[in-house]
Amino acid sequence: MIDKIARSVADALEGIEDGSTVLIGGFGEAGVPNVLVEGMVEQGARDLVLVNNNAGVGRHGIAALLETGRVRKMICSFPRSVGSVVFPELYAAGKIELEVVPQGTLSERIRAGGAGLGGFFTPTGVGTQVADGKEVRRIDGKDYLLELPIRGDVALVKGHVADRFGNLTYRKAARNFGPSVAMAGRRTIAEVSEIHENGGLDPERIVTPGIFVDAVVKVER
Amino acid sequence: MAKPLSRLQIAWRIAQDIPDGAYVNLGIGMPEMVANYLPDDREVMLHSENGILGLGPSPADGEEDWDLINAGKKPVTLVEGGSYFHHTDSFAMVRGGHLDLCVLGAYQVSAEGDLANWSTGDESRLPAIGGAMDLAMGARGIYVMMELCTRKGAPKILERCTYPLTGERCVNRIYSDYAVIDIAEDGPVVRETIDGIDLAGLQDKAEARLRLAEDWRTLTAPDL
Repeated sequence: MIDKIARSVADALEGIEDGSTVLIGGFGEAGVPNVLVEGMVEQGARDLVLVNNNAGVGRHGIAALLETGRVRKMICSFPRSVGSVVFPELYAAGKIELEVVPQGTLSERIRAGGAGLGGFFTPTGVGTQVADGKEVRRIDGKDYLLELPIRGDVALVKGHVADRFGNLTYRKAARNFGPSVAMAGRRTIAEVSEIHENGGLDPERIVTPGIFVDAVVKVER
Repeated sequence: MAKPLSRLQIAWRIAQDIPDGAYVNLGIGMPEMVANYLPDDREVMLHSENGILGLGPSPADGEEDWDLINAGKKPVTLVEGGSYFHHTDSFAMVRGGHLDLCVLGAYQVSAEGDLANWSTGDESRLPAIGGAMDLAMGARGIYVMMELCTRKGAPKILERCTYPLTGERCVNRIYSDYAVIDIAEDGPVVRETIDGIDLAGLQDKAEARLRLAEDWRTLTAPDL
């Protein structure tokens, strides 16, 4: 029998090792699995690489994990959000590495990781600092950059409704990075606000099929 | 003495040029104001990088849904016919040439249409790119909304950008406080200019050499 419902956040996060790359869904505050990310604070893995569009706001969620000092590197598109305080302090103090990636390239690199691709050629960043050190290929008269995939040892996403098979729906624009992030984790964990109790979700509504999801935890919205 | 357009007036002027049925991304900041002036007789689908087509107006106080925010992380609403989709699909729309237009702010634009709008090269500031580079290279038309000069009076239309580029040769048109300027094959061409300033006056506000279109017109906007 398939049952991916975890009893607790701690159970879902068990076994995450030092040095892991952790992909985190969400854009700004929408769709960030804050309960799981804060569970990482308790879980204790160190020397982490975090991947998210932003770099946390306030002192909760991603910012709380950053504040533990256990994150070695942040890969994101926009670390300078309103209300972002922890990351700028760590960066200014030289305590964290930063890789800034154009947003569409970040999303596609994660998707490529989940889709088993060795990379892709994108026009984004041609002729800019982003192109430094990257292969440029001319295809049909237009220049493209080679961008490499991002895979996660762990992927954390926030869904809306899940069933025991790990199938997920999302709510409104909180979907954002979730479906690509869910594909790209060696172990993918979802927090959701509702568990569908009677068998499987309506297959027409499923956005992330359960094959991509290893564990689901219900949290309070 | 020429009275330059206010930012609201520039936004109004851009809105008049957005055709019925267009799919448009309005960049964070100044360009967002364009949405307020879209003529009522046109149905325009606004795109947001975080997976929304059909952005509607801001919700009333107390009606905010924080799962429904725009690329600037502000709460929005969805119009009839709107849709949600995931980020990778959203940027497939961007890079795949599916957006008719994107309106972006700029620090600098070069004579060839290079755009610099993500960094001033100040290393004490955190670098942050967001979706600007994808939009610059992907949307079919790139309109820039900006003042001709910085607050300190330095021209922003240059022979070459001195700040790090967002995209090469991507800008089609600049809507500014004094003029509407196309980036043509042979450089910037003034299409419209406000009353009270001539080409020489405009040229004082741009480093790159400007040319006046033969069919140039007067740039007007209502008091806003």
